[in-house]
Amino acid sequence: MIKKIILAVIILVLGASVAFFVYKSEPKLNNNFETSAAFFKKFPFRLGLDLSGGSHLIYKADVSAVPAGEVTSSMDALRDVIERRVNLFGVSEPVVQVQHGGLISGGGEQLIVDLPGVTDVKKAVEMIGQTPVLEFKTEAPKNATQNVAVGKDGKVNIDLNSQFVSTELTGRYLQKAILEFDQNTREPKVSLQFNDAGTKLFDQITKDNIGKTVAIFLDGAPISTPVVREEIPNGQAVISGNFTPSEAKLLVGRLNSGALPVPITLLSTQTIGATLGESAVNAGVKAAIIGFLLVALFLILWYRLPGLIAVLALSLYTAILLAIFKLLPVTLTAAGIGGFIISLGMAVDANVLIFERMKEEIRKGHNIVDGIHAGFSRAWPSVRDSNTSSIITSIILFWLGTPLIKGFALTFGLGVLVSMFSAITISRIFLYALGIEKSNAFTKFLFGSGFKNLN
Amino acid sequence: MFIIKYKKIFLSLSIILIIVSVVFTFTYGLKPGIDFKGGALLEVSYTGVRPDASLLEAGIKTLDINQSLIQPTGDSGYIIKTRDLNETEHEALVKALSLDGKYTVTEKSFTSIGPSVGSELTRKAIVSISMVILAIIIFITYAFRQVSRPVASWKYGVITIVTLLHDIIIPTGIFALLSYYSGAEVDTLFVLALLTILGLSVHDKIVVFDRIRENLRTGDKRSFAETVGISTSQTIVRSINITLTIIFVLVPLYLFGPETTKNFALILTIGLFFGIYSSLFFASPLLVFVEEWQARGKK
Repeated sequence: MIKKIILAVIILVLGASVAFFVYKSEPKLNNNFETSAAFFKKFPFRLGLDLSGGSHLIYKADVSAVPAGEVTSSMDALRDVIERRVNLFGVSEPVVQVQHGGLISGGGEQLIVDLPGVTDVKKAVEMIGQTPVLEFKTEAPKNATQNVAVGKDGKVNIDLNSQFVSTELTGRYLQKAILEFDQNTREPKVSLQFNDAGTKLFDQITKDNIGKTVAIFLDGAPISTPVVREEIPNGQAVISGNFTPSEAKLLVGRLNSGALPVPITLLSTQTIGATLGESAVNAGVKAAIIGFLLVALFLILWYRLPGLIAVLALSLYTAILLAIFKLLPVTLTAAGIGGFIISLGMAVDANVLIFERMKEEIRKGHNIVDGIHAGFSRAWPSVRDSNTSSIITSIILFWLGTPLIKGFALTFGLGVLVSMFSAITISRIFLYALGIEKSNAFTKFLFGSGFKNLN
Repeated sequence: MFIIKYKKIFLSLSIILIIVSVVFTFTYGLKPGIDFKGGALLEVSYTGVRPDASLLEAGIKTLDINQSLIQPTGDSGYIIKTRDLNETEHEALVKALSLDGKYTVTEKSFTSIGPSVGSELTRKAIVSISMVILAIIIFITYAFRQVSRPVASWKYGVITIVTLLHDIIIPTGIFALLSYYSGAEVDTLFVLALLTILGLSVHDKIVVFDRIRENLRTGDKRSFAETVGISTSQTIVRSINITLTIIFVLVPLYLFGPETTKNFALILTIGLFFGIYSSLFFASPLLVFVEEWQARGKK
């Protein structure tokens, strides 16, 4: 008996600490959040775009030119490039996902980009679509036609573009770009390292153009026009073009992120303002609290003492599930919160099954202790089978679903799993710990339900 | 058990409900939302007084957007639905809504979905509903494999599916009727609601069937009809109570929850109600009906 009570106390303490963790790690609940330990700060709820505000973009990738066997790898490369570009933009926790086409999901190869907090779609789309075009050009032959324009102030401008001719060497042959500072002038400069093919090309270009200008063009405009002094065989070049440090840093990032391996087109965009998301969160929380209270009230009124225990189990269920949402972490969306709220109603299902069964067994002539035991063991097959079907459903939904359906399936499925533990194990431990052994009018009232007492 | 005794009445009632729902669905029709057919949806709010919808309509007409649908939302906002828009068109639309700067517009949300994404979603919805149904038949056939007499276990599966169809056809019919008046559209959440109804309703049927399974194993020489009747009456309180607890959480979700999940909560509540109805008044009578029909065939 004492063992059972100790076990119940341990569960209560553990449950309370889980609840404390959920409370402490939530900025909105914990007033001293800023001064809390770093441990708690690591686990706020992760809100989906529809709740936190942000942009959701779906791109179609044109993989028609890619050989069938290389589609997956080129899509992964595409994702990496886009991810690097998005990271440059300073978005916190962006999500870039590849969605493969197939028989079941249909559609072609797609790339899904989630940018929390970014509500300026135009800027986001531009940033993602931007490919820095780096070109190396050599001086045009002297006899080539030059475009000359006479400016309004009477000056003669020679179009720089017509002074140079393109070479084969472009940003494609770049291995990496590094930000450096000039040792003497402290000016930022970008140093480039070509790959093997690029090194050979650069070697040839410098060899042929000693004493001439080799212009470096970025996005069609010359940014640096150095004169070649000697042949450069090691594939290293430096752009020093009056950059500010941040410009140079951005350029390095853009050069390193490279060109897109497959062309993409924007299929759909979705932007949610932050205020809309916030009001949805508040509404969801309000609905969850009211729902919880209604269920608790019903359980206590209808099932009396076991009902009270079911409410305790439901509280622990809520704490455990919320902690799992934080730890995994699960990205919460409006549909996900809906799934969580429904799971509050579902979680007591096993309790209801067990309590109804308990009552029946006691009525059949078992004493209360045997009734509790029989209730748990006899209700188990139906708890198992009904929950298994719910889990199967949520797995299929998670597997096939769109992001919205996935969010729902995940919270709902986790809820079913946790509820099997809370409604069966936790409520059993508490019921046994009560140590009710005698069957008298009072205990029969406590274990009665609805409008009838057991007799 | 009165449900079994009057099984023909209950079966006919369910069939009538199904027919009426199918008629509703086809006469009122289901309007696909932009998730399915593609298109754009822009929600804006105005600081101060919002301009008249006709002014906005005139403003939008000057753009190359063809048709648009303008609905007031809240006290100071509008929802504008158009074909799918690219970024330039989107900006032009927002500018038109400010009536060239005369009003201050805040963009609350914007969604533009290309038609191909929509058709892909339709396909996904159909595949997921079929997969869930298939998985349920397989699972029930497996879970009830030991009870192959007097009704084969796969028939429990098929009966479950027939009742599940009942459970999703009726809310769909009611939704068609409601949307005729409220303009609600079929979106991903609607499909999600139907799928959740499927899940919850099969959950319920399993509990009833489980009791039948147990009573068949331990039962004396009761007839099949009697066993089903007893099992149904033994699980009726549990079935009603669990539906009540879920409705207790769904009603606040409908009344106080986020705008996006309101319709979802409503359809689920309707679906749950008919789900519990079918567990008690449709699945059990149908099971007895199948058994009696089988027995008659053998003679």
